[in-house]
Amino acid sequence: MSNVSVLEMVNITKRFPGVLALDGVSFDLRCGEVHALVGENGAGKSTLMKILNGALQADAGEIRIDGRPVRIPNPSAAARLGIAMIYQELCLAPHLSVGENLFLGREPLRAGLVDFRTLHARAQQYLDDLQCGLSSRQRVRDLGIAAQQMVEIAKALSQQARFLVMDEPTASLSEAETQRLFERIRALREAGVGIAYISHRLEEVLEIADRVTVLRDGKVAAAGLPISATSIPELVRLMVGREIKQVYPKREAKPGDEVLRVEGLSRPPVLHDIGFSLRRGEILGLGGLMGAGRTELARAIFGADRPTGGRIFVEGRQVRINSPQDAIAAGIALLTEDRKRDGLALGLPLRANVTLPNLGRVLLHGLLSLRRERQIAQDLVQRVDIRAASVEQVVRNLSGGNQQKVVVAKWLLTQARVFIFDEPTQGIDVGAKTELYRLIEELADQGAGVILISSYLPELLALSDRVLVLCRGRITGELSRAEATQERVLELAAVGH
Amino acid sequence: MTTAQESLETHPEQPSQPALASWRTVLDRLAPLAFLIALSILFGALKREFFTVENLLNIATQISVIAVLAIGETFVIVAAGIDLSVGSMVALTGCTAALLMKTPALAAHGHGWALAAVAGILVGALWGLFNGLLVTRAKLPPFIVTLGVMGIARGLALAVAHDRTISGLPEAFTRLGSHRVGGAVPLLVLAMLAVALLAHLALTRTRLGRYAYAMGSNLEATRLSGVNVGLYMTALFVVCGTLAGLAGVMEAARTAIGQPTGANLYELDAIAAAVIGGASLMGGEGSITGTLIGAFIMAVIRNGCNLLVIPPSWQRVAIGTIIIIAVLWDHLRQRRQR
Repeated sequence: MSNVSVLEMVNITKRFPGVLALDGVSFDLRCGEVHALVGENGAGKSTLMKILNGALQADAGEIRIDGRPVRIPNPSAAARLGIAMIYQELCLAPHLSVGENLFLGREPLRAGLVDFRTLHARAQQYLDDLQCGLSSRQRVRDLGIAAQQMVEIAKALSQQARFLVMDEPTASLSEAETQRLFERIRALREAGVGIAYISHRLEEVLEIADRVTVLRDGKVAAAGLPISATSIPELVRLMVGREIKQVYPKREAKPGDEVLRVEGLSRPPVLHDIGFSLRRGEILGLGGLMGAGRTELARAIFGADRPTGGRIFVEGRQVRINSPQDAIAAGIALLTEDRKRDGLALGLPLRANVTLPNLGRVLLHGLLSLRRERQIAQDLVQRVDIRAASVEQVVRNLSGGNQQKVVVAKWLLTQARVFIFDEPTQGIDVGAKTELYRLIEELADQGAGVILISSYLPELLALSDRVLVLCRGRITGELSRAEATQERVLELAAVGH
Repeated sequence: MTTAQESLETHPEQPSQPALASWRTVLDRLAPLAFLIALSILFGALKREFFTVENLLNIATQISVIAVLAIGETFVIVAAGIDLSVGSMVALTGCTAALLMKTPALAAHGHGWALAAVAGILVGALWGLFNGLLVTRAKLPPFIVTLGVMGIARGLALAVAHDRTISGLPEAFTRLGSHRVGGAVPLLVLAMLAVALLAHLALTRTRLGRYAYAMGSNLEATRLSGVNVGLYMTALFVVCGTLAGLAGVMEAARTAIGQPTGANLYELDAIAAAVIGGASLMGGEGSITGTLIGAFIMAVIRNGCNLLVIPPSWQRVAIGTIIIIAVLWDHLRQRRQR
């Protein structure tokens, strides 16, 4: 590894109306290293990287490459300097093929026309290098989020980037996919690429990064710490400025009677003959790789997709679930994987979001009572500790963690007996995560049955009383808390592979 | 950690300082009304006649039919839909009612015209149901479904009227078009206000209204919240169709004829009124007061231009310009929010 600093951001300051987002922040990236950038939501990580990528302009400060100051007025200027960015929210054209996306705007030409054979051949090479099993001719819209992310990475590689910025690249990847990504990142590092790696997952940062910079409230809390000289507790302390003793709460599980039983649930080709039972006060984790059928199972139980066969019992009584309405009536709540896509009405105020499944409670003589609604919303805001200006605040303007709490609040009100959480902590910061864990455990302690889907194994293992592992739409194993280790889960998740 | 800082990560463009945000919301809401007032003052300054009671009532009467259409349209637009069929529906329902009230059976009866009027409204409701079912059951885009029905309804209007204007409607009916309640307020204007009041109540204080906003903001999230989105979306189209039927009957009473080629492009006026009044074609936004103000902005421009003897050609240019400005305003506002 060379010790020459090739990219430097020096004393970057950025002010938004009313907020000093970055206050004299410096960050450097050397060739052939992975430099992690961590911090809570709002600490300024994304703003800093957007300035590097030309999407935003700094008010003060300098960017240098190989010691020479450069100006980056827009993302294409960044690309010319060899800087590529992979955003957390993927930006691909869904109707085009993978290959067309890779070479969008720089298609190989032949006699003035796009040379698709060359395009796909070259694209396929980059895809094969990533060992992601994708075909250049597949349409992007037919791909899952993990696969789309691979496309983004392939795209950056195809641009011969010297500096690669990755914003939460593993947020929607399974453990195996994450490992595969890490292999690629290591290979890129060997090849001399400098990688800025933004993540909330500190375990991953320790695993993949060489150095780490911590931002807090727009300032550098620690600059370029060698990874061997730090630890998770230290990073957490630097991020939040105080000590968080325990990220995962410790809890004595007291499972009661059976609250949910599923028998022979099938929805080919994604679910085959699924059967399990869930008890009151129990947190049942669902493990598995991306596409193993966990989300599909949750949606089938909730009536969002209709299964072809199977029976569902709530508190011992068989229920017929043909729609989400039926599921809610039976006492089941689903907190969906992607809160922006199908969890929240982002343009509506907080109060309207939390009462949506429970509008009956807001009715007074057949009309909505805004007073009653505000009261209900206010109570929930306090109970779940949502940080919002008021219950009138439009949900779009809340942070990820608070948005997720709005989703929780909305389902608390239905007084469901079974709560299904699908990737509840995706893209939210450490502080908010801890609070969510507490909420999930509280629900279980109050006698609800909880099903937890998480691709983040440390979280899944720490919270679950019992883990079911799915693979290709089938249950391949059941592990008690004592038996459940990362290795065992991964083993069962890969049974059919 | 403060709210302002938290929201920064995802929305650096907009620091969400609560006080500022709510002021902006108020300003956004008031903008169309302020524009309407400014416009009125401008015309009033240029032409004395503008601010006479007679002229103001005239403006209200002229816009009443389009305002009722626009109110119906607002229900659909709030849910991110669109109904292009309402203009043709005015012609079809007006002609249907006109023909029915001339049939001997109904003409013989003193209140036969009322039955015919109800039948006209029902025709609108049924076509609204048709639109709604195709959108929710067959999952066709509302634009396509209502574009088709727009042609169908116009064709049917011409067919039932045998391509002719239907005149000689019962006096009891046509008198309604010019009737003034208490000798002062035109009945059509009262009808418009009554519809507006009920619609406002429906949109802000009923399940249907709330679900309309929710569906317009995020259809899948609304479905997964246990809302029967098929039922409620269909109901919104029925409301829109029913109000188009009412508008058709009002138009027939106002003009004292059934005109199969009439109400040309009214659907665009209705959509424009909603959009000028702050409704977003992306759904989730819009209000009855806004739509009413939007309709009045168009009416005031037409009336003011007439008083100033500006030719209709330039009136169209003015209204077109205002539609673009209104949407541009909406667009800038959205961008500020994201």
